[in-house]
Amino acid sequence: MIVATIWTQVFWTSVVAGGLLAGVPLMFTALGETISERAGVLNIGLEGMMLLGAYCGFLGAYYGHTQWLGYLAGIGAGAAASVLMVVLCVWLGLDQIVVGIAITLAGEGITSVLHGAQFGASEPRLGATPTLAIPGLDRIPILGEGVHGQNPLFRQPLVVYLGFALVGLVAWLFRSTNVGLNLRAAGEKPEALDAAGVSVVATRSYAALATGALAGLGGAYLSIAVAGVFTPFITQGQGFMAIVIAMLARGKPLWVIIGSFLFGISISMIDSLQLVGIDISTDFGHMLPFLAIIVALVLFARRAYLPPALALPYVRGAR
Amino acid sequence: MAEVALPARRPVAASRLAGRAADLAIRSLVPVVLALVAGGVLLYALGRSALSFYGGIWTYGIADQNWQQSATTMVPLLLIATGLTVIFRANIWNLGYWGQFALGAAVVAGYGPSLLAHLPMWFATVVLFLFAAAAGAAWTIVPAFLKARYGTNEIITTLMMSFVGVDLANILVKGPFQDPSIRTPQTRAIDFDKLMPPIPGTSIDCSLLVAFAVVLVVHYVLTRTAFGLRLQILGANQRAARHMGIRLPRLVVGSFLISGALVGAAAAAFVLSPFWGYVRADQIPNYGDEIIPFVFLARLNAVALLPFVAFYAVLFTGGDFAATQVNLSTDFLYVLVGLILLFMTVIEFLGRRRELGGSYLTVGLVQALRAPLWRRRAAA
Repeated sequence: MIVATIWTQVFWTSVVAGGLLAGVPLMFTALGETISERAGVLNIGLEGMMLLGAYCGFLGAYYGHTQWLGYLAGIGAGAAASVLMVVLCVWLGLDQIVVGIAITLAGEGITSVLHGAQFGASEPRLGATPTLAIPGLDRIPILGEGVHGQNPLFRQPLVVYLGFALVGLVAWLFRSTNVGLNLRAAGEKPEALDAAGVSVVATRSYAALATGALAGLGGAYLSIAVAGVFTPFITQGQGFMAIVIAMLARGKPLWVIIGSFLFGISISMIDSLQLVGIDISTDFGHMLPFLAIIVALVLFARRAYLPPALALPYVRGAR
Repeated sequence: MAEVALPARRPVAASRLAGRAADLAIRSLVPVVLALVAGGVLLYALGRSALSFYGGIWTYGIADQNWQQSATTMVPLLLIATGLTVIFRANIWNLGYWGQFALGAAVVAGYGPSLLAHLPMWFATVVLFLFAAAAGAAWTIVPAFLKARYGTNEIITTLMMSFVGVDLANILVKGPFQDPSIRTPQTRAIDFDKLMPPIPGTSIDCSLLVAFAVVLVVHYVLTRTAFGLRLQILGANQRAARHMGIRLPRLVVGSFLISGALVGAAAAAFVLSPFWGYVRADQIPNYGDEIIPFVFLARLNAVALLPFVAFYAVLFTGGDFAATQVNLSTDFLYVLVGLILLFMTVIEFLGRRRELGGSYLTVGLVQALRAPLWRRRAAA
């Protein structure tokens, strides 16, 4: 009976398109976390950086009247927050977890306070973001069609295509360039990188900055394109989800796409089910992605991989 | 000569001790003061009066009889902080306190009304505390197992379990525990005379005394028993702990369970305090997030928690009203807490460098300022 209800075109179209819509913020953020985890910086402050990006991104798009200003503002906000991480954790070698928690808390608080002080109870919305269709592909039945409220799979905002290109770029960077090699060495064996004459601190600084910028972009996409509105605590733990995706992707950017898409589906599953008339509680829907992560961790606990020097500050000559 | 020199050493040692104590006090207090100042600057930037905000905290958190309300608020905060102290000592991160707290609260609010109606009150209260502790502890089992067996990063697992736990608690409150007589998603309220009685002569919840006792017991266990020593060794160096023959999996799971149980018990104290008696869905507070900096400021010492948690209880109780008074979201407290954490790490760092007699800039800092990314090849 339920199988028959689910097996409709509308449902599957919305699963795929919804998964992409909810997965893109995760993808940006998890890609950032991949970069910094590989370089040995565990960024627990991702949630706060996403929120800052979401808030500033919304402001940029709202007052600048173009999504691009919003994305730029989001990137700037995320990067600015990660400067704190760079100075305190990478340069001064302070505890990455404590600083990360602090950034998350302060980010949650400040965005909520500023939003409340600025807009009060009125919550202005942004218009729909302009999209770009891939000619040909957007004619494919089921996959290419759109459901109310969602962009069809092959008709996405330009920033989504750029995001996929960015993942490819990072994968190439890791695999075939010196920069990627340096980043990997900074997480695997910083002593070796140092011995080769490359500054571990500088390498990690660039990685942490990139992470902040990407998390800010992810947050901005969330508020501009996905929700069209900023509400306090809008990320609902997605920053932490991104950390898990990066962990399970074992530092491989291409796996980040797959992981983000799957978790995007589990986030948007509740909407898809409601579309075909199956009503489950919001709480259960919200629980689903986290439950999925727990199950994934229990099943693949041995496979999750983190670099050995992760979360350890580098001190030259220390043992 | 030697006899003359010996007594002269004494005052030196004493002044050193005093110096150390002063140093500790400064390092613990300065971050709080700096955060309050920075918060004041932020308030000013937002066009709010910092004086009226901090004045409001004094008025609503301490003045008249309000300090008694702060003292009651302190109970769950103190129990959570104690639970976190236990596990942080082992250098394990139980960041799933919200889920553990929420489940404990849901269980107490769900079974409380009927248990308290049918059993003698003291017995039912004890049973409810045990229920909540069991719920909190149960919610740490998966992260504890994964950590002990596979070394899976417990930060991630506890956080994920936390989100699931909060949602599960909300489902319970809206579903089986829902008060059938009203439409608001909340549990049946426990009769006021069945809630924790006040300490005679005051309006302070008497579970504050229980919390004090728990703090003392935990402090004793952490500092005076073999278990406490094992935790400390595990926290200092995991390889050393294994080398000493400590059974790590057992210790990891054990410390997780104790920590979860204390957080769960905090939830019982929260629900059974005279302010509440019920739980409303989507409104279970995340006290752990706010109390975490003070666990560090107290240097993972259970007794040292008392002044810090008392301070935050005042800030929390008064801040709630004070924020409304200056027309700001109460989430402003999160900003203050985040700032305290940041300043704490910085002060800690400066203190450590001063002890070592080093300069304030690290070698790496100077290097990073000099070397851009692309000039790296030549050396390789």
